[in-house]
Amino acid sequence: MRLVLRGITKRFGSMVANDSISLTVEPGEIHCLLGENGAGKSTLMNVLYGLYKADEGEIELDGKVQHFTGPGDAMAAGIGMVHQHFMLIPVFTVAENVMLGNETTGFAGSLDLDAASARVTEISERFGFHVNPDSLVEDLPVGVQQRVEIIKALSRDAELLVFDEPTAVLTPQETDELMDIMRQLKEAGKAIVFITHKLREVRAVADRITVIRLGKVVGEADPKASNAELASMMVGRPVELVVHKDPPTLGDAAFVVKDLRVVDAAGHVHVNGLSFTIRAGEVLAVAGVQGNGQTELTEAILGLQDDVTGSITLDGVELVGRSTRKILDAGVGFIPEDRQVDGLVPGFTIAENLMLNRSFKSPFVKNGSLRLGALREFAQKKLTEYDVRARDIDALATNLSGGNQQKVVVARELSRDLRLLVAAQPTRGVDVGSIEFIHKQIVATRDSGIPVLVVSTELDEVVALADRIMVLYRGQVVGIVPADTPRETLGLMMTGERPKDLKDVVA
Amino acid sequence: MSDTDKPKQDDAPVGAPVDVADDSTADTRADAGADAGADREARSRSMLREIASGDALSGVLAVFLAVFVGSVMIAATDDGVRETLSYITARPSDFFSALWDAISGAYSAMFRGAVYNNLVTDPAQQWRPLTETLKFAGPLILGGLGVGLAFRAAMFNIGGRGQMLLAGGAAAWIGFRFDLPMIIHLPLAVLVGMLFGALWGGIAGLLKARTGAHEVIVTIMLNYVGYYLVFWALTKEWLLATPGSVNPKSPPMKDSAILPKVLGDRFNLHFGFIIALVAVAVVWWLLNRSTLGYRIRAVGENPNAARASGINVGRTYTVVMMLGGALLGLAGVNQVLGTVTSGVSVDIDAGIGFDAITVALLGRSRPLGILAAGILFGAFKAGGFTMQASENISVDLVLVVQSLIVLFLAAPPLVRAIFRLPAQEAK
Amino acid sequence: MSTTMDRPTPESGGLAPDDAVTPTRTAGRRKLPTILGVVTVLLGLRLLTTSRSGDTTFRLAVDSDFAKLPDAVLPSSATAWLMLVVCLALTAEAVRRMLARSRQPLWLPIVFALAWMIGFLSWEAAGSRISIVSLLAGAIALAIPLVFGALGGVLGERAGVVNIAIDGQLLFGAFAASITASLTGSPWAGLVAAMAAGALMALVLGLFAITYFVDQVIVGVVLNVLVVGLTNFLFRQVLTPNAESLNSPERMRGLPIPVLGDIPLIGPIFFRQPALVYVLYVIVALVAWSLYRTRWGLRVRAVGEHPKAADTVGIKVNRTRYRTILLAGAIAGLGGAYYSLVSVSGFNREMTGGAGYIALAAVIFGKWDPIRATLAALLFGFAQNLAGVLSSIGAQIPPQLLLSLPYVITIFAVAGLVGRSRPPAADGVAYRQQ
Repeated sequence: MRLVLRGITKRFGSMVANDSISLTVEPGEIHCLLGENGAGKSTLMNVLYGLYKADEGEIELDGKVQHFTGPGDAMAAGIGMVHQHFMLIPVFTVAENVMLGNETTGFAGSLDLDAASARVTEISERFGFHVNPDSLVEDLPVGVQQRVEIIKALSRDAELLVFDEPTAVLTPQETDELMDIMRQLKEAGKAIVFITHKLREVRAVADRITVIRLGKVVGEADPKASNAELASMMVGRPVELVVHKDPPTLGDAAFVVKDLRVVDAAGHVHVNGLSFTIRAGEVLAVAGVQGNGQTELTEAILGLQDDVTGSITLDGVELVGRSTRKILDAGVGFIPEDRQVDGLVPGFTIAENLMLNRSFKSPFVKNGSLRLGALREFAQKKLTEYDVRARDIDALATNLSGGNQQKVVVARELSRDLRLLVAAQPTRGVDVGSIEFIHKQIVATRDSGIPVLVVSTELDEVVALADRIMVLYRGQVVGIVPADTPRETLGLMMTGERPKDLKDVVA
Repeated sequence: MSDTDKPKQDDAPVGAPVDVADDSTADTRADAGADAGADREARSRSMLREIASGDALSGVLAVFLAVFVGSVMIAATDDGVRETLSYITARPSDFFSALWDAISGAYSAMFRGAVYNNLVTDPAQQWRPLTETLKFAGPLILGGLGVGLAFRAAMFNIGGRGQMLLAGGAAAWIGFRFDLPMIIHLPLAVLVGMLFGALWGGIAGLLKARTGAHEVIVTIMLNYVGYYLVFWALTKEWLLATPGSVNPKSPPMKDSAILPKVLGDRFNLHFGFIIALVAVAVVWWLLNRSTLGYRIRAVGENPNAARASGINVGRTYTVVMMLGGALLGLAGVNQVLGTVTSGVSVDIDAGIGFDAITVALLGRSRPLGILAAGILFGAFKAGGFTMQASENISVDLVLVVQSLIVLFLAAPPLVRAIFRLPAQEAK
Repeated sequence: MSTTMDRPTPESGGLAPDDAVTPTRTAGRRKLPTILGVVTVLLGLRLLTTSRSGDTTFRLAVDSDFAKLPDAVLPSSATAWLMLVVCLALTAEAVRRMLARSRQPLWLPIVFALAWMIGFLSWEAAGSRISIVSLLAGAIALAIPLVFGALGGVLGERAGVVNIAIDGQLLFGAFAASITASLTGSPWAGLVAAMAAGALMALVLGLFAITYFVDQVIVGVVLNVLVVGLTNFLFRQVLTPNAESLNSPERMRGLPIPVLGDIPLIGPIFFRQPALVYVLYVIVALVAWSLYRTRWGLRVRAVGEHPKAADTVGIKVNRTRYRTILLAGAIAGLGGAYYSLVSVSGFNREMTGGAGYIALAAVIFGKWDPIRATLAALLFGFAQNLAGVLSSIGAQIPPQLLLSLPYVITIFAVAGLVGRSRPPAADGVAYRQQ
């Protein structure tokens, strides 16, 4: 099926997410949409899929202009979508999920589950998916869930498949498998749109590349182009991923984790026997595919996990078993991985957000009441110091852009006397300018003699900030290696494989 | 400086949930810039904050609309109106004058009952209705504060009835059982009442903190458990039963435990209203100037961020529900020791536990708003009884108007649609 | 490994437990033995701290029975102690199975409940007669509107709409049924009107909760107040002055089913009921079947669990929700008719007595499942009736204790102490399309 998008424009309020985007996808072709986070790729695909209504422009399939009022129309027209966040119902079985919205029924609308199971099995066998139609989706590993999404699309005879950032949650190995699946689908004559910001994957499978920046098509790229070329097209200027930093001045082993084990309420083990040390004035960066225990590790340090065994000591003081408040008071600064969830109170002003972790103690508290004067003065200072672009300190956090929100979090965490900084995904969803600023702040913190733990799923960020790199896989340390370890080695380690000759660097 | 007293401009409707499965919009979110904030804001704002938003015009229109529906109900059930309707084509003027009589009669009776009575000559008695309004407003304000405080922590306290009953029962027990000097007796009865209210509310908070049990369900259930508990206590002489009586009603309060009258014995207005005013001031300070209030608001707006910042969310839930329960307990005490001192029974809450919810909603969970809403609904109540007595229109009309106000207020877009106003631009 | 599945976040309004506080783990395998143990201990304490003598007579037949079962006369004290021993044995068996990690069979709690109840009744009713038929038939009578309400509640919440206004739907249904049946002279027209009234309330709920995103709990609570005010107002202004023409419907009488109605014990309890009750039997079966076995049910559940996923496969989320709550409202409204057409003839102010809240409790205690919720409603009806029966024979158990039982066990249920009740994931969360 041949897809033509013509002049698609989509606005949210006064923000133009897609600005007159035109695009053609041929059958039997893998067409990559490359662009930074926030470039407008997902918005475009949601328009194509009927989830958003375009303000201008038209969608044409095999020469016919389409008017989708909802995803149902798009599906009927032969478009299938594998969503970034799977659109699966956890408590349903695979077969139920696949048949939903497209049910085969018998007497009085009764479900024909056998037919659905057979369909799942058939597709699953054709492409070698190994999916059991009767499993509950919530019990399946992420990679298999993604295949259920693909089966869902194929069972509706989709001729055009859209993959929206499909590899964000996959291990490199699962990613390779997905690439194979995509090639197979292409062989079967399907048209494929592959949305990503990862250059390696683009070069691996793309037949054609369209680069999108700030909601506009900036041009087509050759799949054979170098990483640097693609990156600069995507970002709009030569990218500076290197953070300038001096060699570390190492102090004592200030932060020591021993045999850490974190179990969740359902009994799943997320961190399993983790041990490492960070010295004063050193950045230890944690690399790994999302969902390999990083979140639980940082939460355990902060006292946000309930079932934690082992030991975490900061300057000799045990942190395990303490309340979050006591841990913060011990001098731990925390930049959470999702500022919207854990970092900010959206309806609070900037000033109010700046005292969030100091609501018990001075300088903003006196005898149980707020010292508003001191708070305002402090907020005013930080607004300038951290270059937060906002109307004033009474602006609500929810009205700030991602980068400015993150700067508020960073300002709050760095303006106390720290003894440890934990920064999880410190630049996720943040504009390039703010990334540089935040990276500089992190390096400055390290240079002032504080141990820093950085967690990032972006390998570039890990390499740029780290003095040493710790690779996690399934809650265990694969290895702790120098910052100049080759990327191929790191990538391999992220799959859980430890090169034979590898030696851990000791702090 | 706090956000609490500033008018909010956006009109994102009440109850806007976090978008259920946000995030194929991650793209739009990430770069969005300040402008997309508005879009995101509309979606990610929690409902209890939404109560605080909306615009003044919609509020006025909501009240207007509710009163209009009330008028239709009065007219439709009025005999004169129906009679004249049968020959409306012949003599329309009869119909309209009957209509006018019915509606104006009802509302002027309400006014006479709630504010100023021009039918009596004694100047003091002319203003007596206003004192009645304030008397009715007292427990509504206290209850509204109790519910509103919980709203600010994103908790829904539907347990007003149970909290009032328990508190009323406990205060009554102190009030009729002991002979003490007033200076000890009255404060003791009030405090014990508050304590029991706090206890009953605290159960819901504690269960939410410890087990995640939703407070809506727990407080509803506790209403009935409290009801049967007090009912049972009213059958036991060592608790609340009146010796030698089969009526489920306690003995009357001792004089030393009765809230004194504010304006002398000619008026029913008692110190309960003063307590309510003090409570408004205390809750205002608590929410806007205290660290506890700051934490309550933080937990209400984003419990996850609060937790990651070292605030004990579970403890905050428990404390808020205890404070809310204590305030509703005060409303119960106000009934037992002030308004109906002849003894406690199972209907002592007089619907205030639920009215308090509407008061808190109309007052947008702000102490001063609750004060105003409480006085308005107190006036409805005082006026409603006069209306029933003089115009033979059921006082239940007030319930209808009250709930319609809250419903319309909750959905400004609906009100705008009804009046064919343009939908307000998302800023 | 954690999944990245996009579960809807519990937000205010939703009834799911809060993520920010730590839920205790489910009682799990220890659940049944614990409950049995506690309940056995309660009976044991009762037997140890009080004393009884004489016989207890259990009447198993009613006068109209075709074939009469004889009365069972049991020595009160001995029976109670014997049953206590049986309960202890069953508890021990449950503990053994827990330790052996084998499955707890269904017969175990059923036999336990029977033994416990026989022991308890023979103790408390020492020296008097208890009619088993009227005890159980009375329980059914009290439970019928609860079952209607609970089914309505289950349907709405499975589609993701919390309905606190069940009580309002019952009350409005009762009101509409009485007026319509009085005016038309046909109770069947009354039933139709009751359904329409319930559906109308559901429509209002939907308008605010689905279309205008108003918090569903708020709408529900306010709607209840609104209906109380409205029906009280109209009752006083219109029904009371015109009671003859507007509020004296024909009462629906029992309609014994041939053969089935003649079965001893079962017949008089289940099959000599008014037609409305037989309608209920059919509705329970239909709802239970269609929710799990039909396309409609699959879509309703999808919309309640993950509306966005449903949307992406072309299901109209809000349309599905509207349809479901309208149906749910009609069912709940039908239950209201039971009050004014069956229990008594005619409407009275606030005549549901808050039954809608018990129905809500049954929804939760029944874990959002139609059959379980029905059983929960029956259990709650039984507790209510038992309170009445016991106090009428002068037993020492305070009736208030039994009457508060439904509420107490619901609190235990939501707190996870007797097995956690988990609502549908998107329950109470409005769905917005971009």
